Amino acid sequence: MSQLLQFVFSGLTVGAVYSIVAIGFTLIYAASDVVNFAQGEFVMLGGMTTVFLVTLGLPVPLAAISAVGVAVIVGILLQKLAIERARDASPVTLIIITLGASIFIRGVASLCFDKQFHKLASFSGDAPIVIGGATILPQSLWMLGSAVLMFLALWLFLEKTLTGKALRASAANRLSARLVGINISYVLALSFGLSAALGALAGILVTPVTLTRYDIGALLALKGFSAAIFGGLGNPVGAVVGGLLLGLLESVAAGYLTSVYKDGVAFIALILILLVMPNGLFGSKLVERV
Amino acid sequence: MKPTISTLLRWACALPAAIAIGAPAYAANPIRIGSVLSITGPASYIGDPESKTLKIYVDQINSSGGVLGRPLELVTYDDAGDANKARTLAQRLIDRDDIVAMVGGSTTGTTMAMIPVFNSAKIPFMSIAGSVNIIEPVRPFVFKSPHTDRMGCERVFSDMQKRKLTSIALIAGTDGFGTSMKEQCLKVADKYGIKILIDQTYGAQDTDMTPQLAKIKATPGVQAVFNTGASGQGPAVLTRNYGQLDMKNIPLYQNPGVASKSYIELSGAAAEGVRLPAAALLVATKLPENDPQKPVVVGYMQTYEKATGQPVSTFGGGAYDGLMMVVQAIKHAGSTDPKKIRDALEKTKGFIGTSGVVNMSPEDHLGLTIDAFRMLEVKNGDWLLVD
Repeated sequence: MSQLLQFVFSGLTVGAVYSIVAIGFTLIYAASDVVNFAQGEFVMLGGMTTVFLVTLGLPVPLAAISAVGVAVIVGILLQKLAIERARDASPVTLIIITLGASIFIRGVASLCFDKQFHKLASFSGDAPIVIGGATILPQSLWMLGSAVLMFLALWLFLEKTLTGKALRASAANRLSARLVGINISYVLALSFGLSAALGALAGILVTPVTLTRYDIGALLALKGFSAAIFGGLGNPVGAVVGGLLLGLLESVAAGYLTSVYKDGVAFIALILILLVMPNGLFGSKLVERV
Repeated sequence: MKPTISTLLRWACALPAAIAIGAPAYAANPIRIGSVLSITGPASYIGDPESKTLKIYVDQINSSGGVLGRPLELVTYDDAGDANKARTLAQRLIDRDDIVAMVGGSTTGTTMAMIPVFNSAKIPFMSIAGSVNIIEPVRPFVFKSPHTDRMGCERVFSDMQKRKLTSIALIAGTDGFGTSMKEQCLKVADKYGIKILIDQTYGAQDTDMTPQLAKIKATPGVQAVFNTGASGQGPAVLTRNYGQLDMKNIPLYQNPGVASKSYIELSGAAAEGVRLPAAALLVATKLPENDPQKPVVVGYMQTYEKATGQPVSTFGGGAYDGLMMVVQAIKHAGSTDPKKIRDALEKTKGFIGTSGVVNMSPEDHLGLTIDAFRMLEVKNGDWLLVD
């Protein structure tokens, strides 16, 4: 029994990582139908910048805020210099641009920082919490709590504020949105900036558990993206639930079947669910719109 | 100008005179040593210190007069960890760069891809990668400077034997190094009377391994855990999870690929008591004064750290050993003829490098024994020499 509980805790820890990365994908997609594959790089920038500022002697909160600032600047620059210039291109082209940007950011990061792994101290110590013979790290609770908070904030923003509605409107129909007076350029820059902030925040939260290096973004983006697809792309609830389910699937597969195929088992489950529910668990709108 | 003069002289003069006058004229003609390393890409943490080491020591050898009165010229290419690219670059070293020997091959993958090229061109190839498959079976022109993965297993198993830990759990990374080392460990386990009760794996980039460890913990009779994976943050995450599950009563062993100061830093308190076999380089300053390797490893450490400002790694040490053995072979051969260098390399005896004392033979193109590995234990956030 304690073993099952341990698998669940492991799944929640890993799932929380996927969830908070997945939330970052949601916002840009909601505003522009673009899947931003540089999202993982925002996560890396958040973690790496914080680590480096802390080694320079800055206190963690200040370093974390600066790191979010750095990521926001990079996010807005990405939108202004690369995405906006190709605004008439199809979403697929834009997605490819974000892939290129991610490789570029990773390269620059390997030069600005270094190529080593780094850690960040856990927010409330490393002493594991024992529940029913199984253990969970306090940092995992931080991640779970933050995932829920980030989801709530994002949901409130998208559903309840005028700016959030403008954001969704610009994705739904760009021309109509412009006709009713929405500044598309501003909305898009905002979505990239906010996504970068969410990504950087995710990076700071997960670094004490996953450790960080200049190239960690690619894998986190892949898993976070899978989680977002799982839950339904563009839906904040989907991002959180998708991430947690993916994490749980992986850890239960590693625990009860074999650790060799744990990624395989998780992805097969993902494919099966998508076959039955093509828009993910919480996806409502069709991906293909003409 | 000089080559022209020397050509004229050789034409004009009698043979004895040509040798006397021609020799200094050849001084400008460098001995070319090739190198293909993974300086960028996923294995850059291996290739980067190797490339820096080769450059530092080639410069040092040249400033003290070169080899056989001729300067060394290092021709380095970066394969970015890609075996295909490595093979192409190896061909280029032979066809275009006219090298007399090769020191390189950061990973087992790139080395294996380059072996046929050098073996058929009959150019000696000193590999600085890990796998035992590089020198088994023995290929005439292929040598290797660092320990093999199998020796890592044997060193760990012999330590377990000594501590009477005979029923163990094996956990392996699914990367190339982890899989290869696991195979070697399974092969030699019987020899040391080690029984493997449970065998787990993890992905090199996994961020949580508590499910695997929980299974090991729940397996009755497990006396020790041995991890064969080395890449990425895997070993550090594993150690942290091992601490999280409070498994201190089951000693954890890591493999030589994990041996670096950053492993202790990343793992934190959970690393206390972890044992691993490593080259003497890692504990250079802690070696007893009468240790024959002490001057070599301390010398290398100081030179490297002064030149780069970064801490030494065993990877750079492997490159140092490889280069020095090739240079010694050129001196012993008294010639830059690749075949003579090969013959001299095979006769390397009593060479003291950062990996250990090397005694090669026609049947052994590595020349190290498992005693070359030191057993280390993490104590108070630092390495402690156990024996």
